[in-house]
Amino acid sequence: MNALLEMKRITKVYPNGVVANQSVDFSVARGEIHALVGENGAGKTTLMKVLFGLERADEGEVFYKGEKVDITSPSVAISHGIGMVHQHFMLVPSLTVAENVVLGLEPRRGISLDVKAAVRRTEELAEEYSLPVDAAARVEDIPVGMRQKVEILKALLRGAELLVLDEPTAVLTPQETVELFAALRNLRERGHTIIFISHKLREVKEISDRVTVMRNGRVVGVVRTAEATEADISRMMVGREVVFRVEKPPATPGRPVMRVEDLRLVTDAGKEVLKGVSFVVRRGEILGVAGVEGNGQTELVEILTGLRPPSGGRVLVDGEDVTGADPGTIRRCGVSHIPEDRMTYGAAAEATIRENLIADRCWSKRFNPRVLMSLKVVAEHGDALVREYDIRARSSATPVKMLSGGNIQKVVVARELSADPKVIVANQPNRGIDVGATEFIHRKLIEKRSSGVGVLLVSADLNEVMSLSDRLLVLYGGEVVALFPDASEVTEEELGLYMLGVKRMTPEEMAGAEAASAGGRADPSDAEARSPAVGGGAR
Amino acid sequence: MNGTTRTTDYLFQVYRTLIAVFLALVLGFVITCFVSEMPLEAFGNFLLGPLTSVRRFGNVIEAAIPLVFTGLAVAIVFQASQFNIGAEGQFFMGAVAAVIVGIVLPLPGVIHVLVCLAAAMAAGALCGWIPGVLKARLGASELVSSLMLNYVYFRLGVYVINYHFRDKEAGALVSWPVRETSWLHQFLQPTRIHWGILVVAAAVVFVYLFLYRTRWGYALRMTGLNINFARYAGISTASVIVYSQVLGGAIAGLGGAVEMLGIHRRFIWMMMPGYGWDGIIVAILARNNPLGVVLGALFLAYMRTGADIMARMTDVSAEMVTVIQGVMILLVTAQAFLAGWRHRIVVREATRRKEVPQSEGAA
Repeated sequence: MNALLEMKRITKVYPNGVVANQSVDFSVARGEIHALVGENGAGKTTLMKVLFGLERADEGEVFYKGEKVDITSPSVAISHGIGMVHQHFMLVPSLTVAENVVLGLEPRRGISLDVKAAVRRTEELAEEYSLPVDAAARVEDIPVGMRQKVEILKALLRGAELLVLDEPTAVLTPQETVELFAALRNLRERGHTIIFISHKLREVKEISDRVTVMRNGRVVGVVRTAEATEADISRMMVGREVVFRVEKPPATPGRPVMRVEDLRLVTDAGKEVLKGVSFVVRRGEILGVAGVEGNGQTELVEILTGLRPPSGGRVLVDGEDVTGADPGTIRRCGVSHIPEDRMTYGAAAEATIRENLIADRCWSKRFNPRVLMSLKVVAEHGDALVREYDIRARSSATPVKMLSGGNIQKVVVARELSADPKVIVANQPNRGIDVGATEFIHRKLIEKRSSGVGVLLVSADLNEVMSLSDRLLVLYGGEVVALFPDASEVTEEELGLYMLGVKRMTPEEMAGAEAASAGGRADPSDAEARSPAVGGGAR
Repeated sequence: MNGTTRTTDYLFQVYRTLIAVFLALVLGFVITCFVSEMPLEAFGNFLLGPLTSVRRFGNVIEAAIPLVFTGLAVAIVFQASQFNIGAEGQFFMGAVAAVIVGIVLPLPGVIHVLVCLAAAMAAGALCGWIPGVLKARLGASELVSSLMLNYVYFRLGVYVINYHFRDKEAGALVSWPVRETSWLHQFLQPTRIHWGILVVAAAVVFVYLFLYRTRWGYALRMTGLNINFARYAGISTASVIVYSQVLGGAIAGLGGAVEMLGIHRRFIWMMMPGYGWDGIIVAILARNNPLGVVLGALFLAYMRTGADIMARMTDVSAEMVTVIQGVMILLVTAQAFLAGWRHRIVVREATRRKEVPQSEGAA
């Protein structure tokens, strides 16, 4: 086999002692689409960062086109013909697509940028690789799927023969994914080589020629995609059998516990992020909020949990108006919050596990029998939660920064679920954690919901939001564009159309869906009659 | 495995500080060799001078006491990840308040001392409250406000003493002496070590318990470690910012009072004495740990005393110590200093760990 890239015995240790790569051998043949898979934290992204010059390996060698290369920075990588499309796009939002593509290689006219030439160059390139983009549009105005194409064009213009795509489908709808895959196949036909990082096995099966599986910082196997099943690959990834479906008893929703009315938010920059969002969360149900990231979910959760005041509208928890209240007040009303970004909001990394576990209840009499805090009670409380939530650490006195992502998330979940909440606002609870921890956290959320807690689950992961939710709404452009009274009856494709903004329900249709679930089964015929009409009407 | 990494980290910090101190001393010696006719003698006096008599060792303790107070004051505020450049002014105003109460109020023995100390704490707390509340309510940088307020407090204090409490009989610009009932008596002849040493011990214990054993200290530390997290968890970070500055101010003010009542017994400063700045050095050396502050203050006081002795006995001036101090702080605070060494230790430990079969699974 003609290897284009060979990485030999790569070892990378981060300053906090985490061994991200341990003696990793990785090889890619010319002209293939090579999938690099593994759970979050398995070391895929680190390996690619070493390749692209963003991290320095502590040991190991890289051979490119048969020659040993020393890639010290991204510009060296680019000069060799290696391009990378990051998980989080690196584009200038206020510039146009063409300006972004030629950035640093601008065609000039005198001393100014030759805008026409830039647009022409971009369009030619887009044509050549059938990656259609709107060259004159500003990046901030175009959808995520197109931004990704811009990133790919950027890399191609710089002469990339080997293209690394880090979880390219994470932010895409199913329809956009299909388009991306067509573009990737086209690139392969034109002689480009692609490394495709993912943990979505169905996509890996569909697009790749070979798969390298990583687990725990090591390579555990390389297989031809055609010769392995999804189950084989997942077994290699996790090291054991994985159950994909969540066991979930039927919901028995009670009275509303959180009511959101006409919530609006205009940012300081004048951007309308939420345009009148209304919904209710009932006791004993999981209400899912689906949507492509950046459609107002983050802001919605921040408002509901007191981290940010809204510009208009109301939030009621158990009948009490908590609009614009501070996080402490909202917590005392019985709202728990599993935040989107656990290192920013969810935990103090330098503090110990047990200290993190009392953050929301540090004033309680239980920990403060007199003036002094009882370290013994704090320790007992921490130890008990570490056991109950299966947090893998030597003891509850271990600093949180020493834990893996999944275990840090378990610390957050342990604190939030043990607060005896009435409502849990969970934002991307499985982001960046391994399958085992995801399974565990999902089970805990369902347990809470079955015991009568209301759960608002915000997630960009369709699989998560569809398998966990009882009811489901879709947020697009800061508005609720769809509401499904039974999440299990929705298909991924249909959801995708709403997430993309191709389809939307009318307020009446949503009210009907709401009535169907709220009024119990008073007139089921009505609800059923409406559902098909939704699809038909919007098309 | 987490335990070992943590211990490694801690030991590394200790070694790093010791190496920084050692390198700074070596550099100090090299410079001494250039400027002095008798470098060995000069440096010998500097390093060992404080140990050569009881009086000199007493000087170390006396000099350390105010540094402990300002070190604590700065450390409390630093632990909340706020700046405190204001300990200088707070210390100064505490001294002014204590002297005024010491001159004016006719009170019996111990009570007089306590009232002086309380007045100084109140004055210091007020001085700290201003930058705290400006930050919490208006978002004004406490770095700038606490720094600039130092000059305001200094001028205000000098004005009050000069125009209302000046001893016109004395040959210098000083206040009247405080009443003897307000003295913290010196009890260990021939040194000037005074009962303020009990106050300082109480302050250390109080700050330690406050930070690590109370709910307010917990809220303060969490705010310092991750202010977003503290806010998310329902801690009122605005009030943490204010009370950390108030408490820091009170401790600094207390230090000013102890220095007045224990050593000078009348107000003598017509320039800023600099204890607040030294407090920052002490807090940095101690990594904001209240117990470390004691060691840091003793160390700094020892160097200062040694430098004084060196200046008196030889041809090297006491300012040599500021060079050593500067290099030391630079090396202690420079993140990259010895970072490569630490990284190699981490790599070795981490890869060795991996070779042992993993008992903790994919964690």
